[in-house]
Amino acid sequence: MDYFAQQLINGLVLGSIYGLIAIGYTMVYGIVGMINFAHGDIFMIGGFIALITFLILISFGLTAVPLILLIVLLVSMAITALYGWTVERIAYRPLRHSFRLAPMLSAIGMSFVLTNYSQVAQGARVKPIPPLITGGHTLHESADGFVIQLSNIQIVVVITTVVLLAIFTWLVSRTRLGRDMRACEQDQTMAALLGVDVDRTISMTFVIGAALAAVAGLMYLLYYGLVDFFMGFVAGIKAFTAAVLGGIGSLPGAMLGGLAIGLIETFWSAYFSVEYKDVAAFSILIVVLIFLPTGLLGRPEVEKV
Amino acid sequence: MKSLKLIGLAFGASIALSSAAFAQDVTIAVAGPMTGGESAFGRQMKNGAEMAVADLNAAGGVGGKKLALSVNDDACDPKQARSIAEKIAGAKIPFVAGHFCSSSSIPASEAYADGNVLQITPASTNPLFTERKLWNVARVCGRDDQQGLIAAQYIGKNFKGKNIAILNDKTTYGKGLADETKKALNKAGITEKMYESYNKGDKDFNAIVSRLKKDNIDLVYVGGYHQEAGLILRQMRDQGLKTVLMSGDALADKEYASITGPAGEGTLFTFGPDPRNKPTAKKIVEAFKAKGIDPEGYTLYTYAAMQVWSQAVKKAGTTDAKKVMETMKAGKWDTVLGPIEYDAKGDIKQIDYVVYKWDAKGNYAELGAKGS
Repeated sequence: MDYFAQQLINGLVLGSIYGLIAIGYTMVYGIVGMINFAHGDIFMIGGFIALITFLILISFGLTAVPLILLIVLLVSMAITALYGWTVERIAYRPLRHSFRLAPMLSAIGMSFVLTNYSQVAQGARVKPIPPLITGGHTLHESADGFVIQLSNIQIVVVITTVVLLAIFTWLVSRTRLGRDMRACEQDQTMAALLGVDVDRTISMTFVIGAALAAVAGLMYLLYYGLVDFFMGFVAGIKAFTAAVLGGIGSLPGAMLGGLAIGLIETFWSAYFSVEYKDVAAFSILIVVLIFLPTGLLGRPEVEKV
Repeated sequence: MKSLKLIGLAFGASIALSSAAFAQDVTIAVAGPMTGGESAFGRQMKNGAEMAVADLNAAGGVGGKKLALSVNDDACDPKQARSIAEKIAGAKIPFVAGHFCSSSSIPASEAYADGNVLQITPASTNPLFTERKLWNVARVCGRDDQQGLIAAQYIGKNFKGKNIAILNDKTTYGKGLADETKKALNKAGITEKMYESYNKGDKDFNAIVSRLKKDNIDLVYVGGYHQEAGLILRQMRDQGLKTVLMSGDALADKEYASITGPAGEGTLFTFGPDPRNKPTAKKIVEAFKAKGIDPEGYTLYTYAAMQVWSQAVKKAGTTDAKKVMETMKAGKWDTVLGPIEYDAKGDIKQIDYVVYKWDAKGNYAELGAKGS
């Protein structure tokens, strides 16, 4: 039982990070109907910017951890959002009225550009940071000496995820911007006729998605203690899978999908073989899509006439 | 990058051409990554080779002839290694000290075999290099499977009756190392409690770590590279495990300590003993230092490869690669690394690994006599 609880913690934290990245995929798909394959690399850029900001702050002699975290969070969200906006502006907007596959190919190209750019600019080796948030809590110790450990960084990851999800759900359902976004999702032409600035709304979607990816990048950096130029690829694929599993286009679905993938991987590793954890995750994805073609929380697409 | 490689090639070629001017001399070659990410090791090999040639010439050359050195750059790229090998074979050079990366040494060795070139690698430890029954290959360094043996001996001595787990990353190097260690452990009557693989490049090992915790593992042997080993260690400490981590020579990299931080203290790994500390190397090390060169890493290994070849040539009375190789495998050779003897495959008979330990400050040191 204790072992199960420990693995549950492991799975939830991993799933939270997947979920944070998956939200970016799902938001863009919901509005523009394209899969932004460069999103995983935006996440990687976010991690690097967090790392660089962190090192700059340390060199200024700053030692207060909460203050450092706050500054790093804001700076990396801002700069990564700028990256997200730029990518949309130069790679997707010119192709918006082109044939359906064009922006997707452009996205794959953008993904290569970002990966190689950070490889050249930052080098191919991993970049570690010393542990920033240390310590943890022993939740329970069983008779045979098995200890359930919950580290502080795990708490930070989960709380950040929950808070951000709440903020963005509120943003989409209650604000002017959210209403514009939902309008564009339903019918861009009609939204434009009713005075919604479609280009700006789409840009904002990319900006928000990138800012969330930056948060995920920071959490990743804090949790695993390192970043490298290639980390966006695997994380991006997993998060994309999470978005599809949860029902692409649905915000809570992305979070649910992320948690599902994280838990499947962890429990498969815990009770079966570690070697086949990715196989297990993707097999379950296939099974789910056979029975629920639109994912767990997705709505069937209505043909627009 | 491409232009860099081209410059490197042109540079290598110009050296090869300039050395060809001494027609009456015997030209020998050193091949390794002179450019690219591994160029630090290539420089070590070049330093070792140049010093060895100078010393041999000062002592009267080999068989009455002076030696000339051709320096070749493979940038640790298998394709480039192969083309260099063909060039060296075409130039009728009888001996090459190289290459550095196993993935270069192995494809190059076939071209050398066809071209009648004797190859001694100072650094490639993959067993496959000598396992393909090629007549022309030998090394002056150890093999990955010998590391497994040393690791198993250490575990048998210090962790008898404790719970052992073995992990590997499914790569040629990692799985090879883990399997050799497992074999040696099982032979010594120790059965591991857990044997698992992970994917190289994974970042999240929390699920495996919880399994180690459930099985009360005292020592985990990781056949893999330093990045994953560092993450496994960090996540073990985060989950409150005191399990000792042990691994192979891939952990002899400062980056391991920067990933783990002070938590890396106590991590064990097997690696060749530092040749600079050997009594046989004292004089040469001083000679290098007088020139302002620190003979670190594979410098002395390259020097030793040259020594073995020159002594065998003297004894055989010819530079013909086949005859020299026969002589080499039959004799015992004095080198800066100490005496070297060969088995029929071209591996050294001396097992050249010791156990090292990381400390909290991010340095590692040999465990010495009390360890292994």
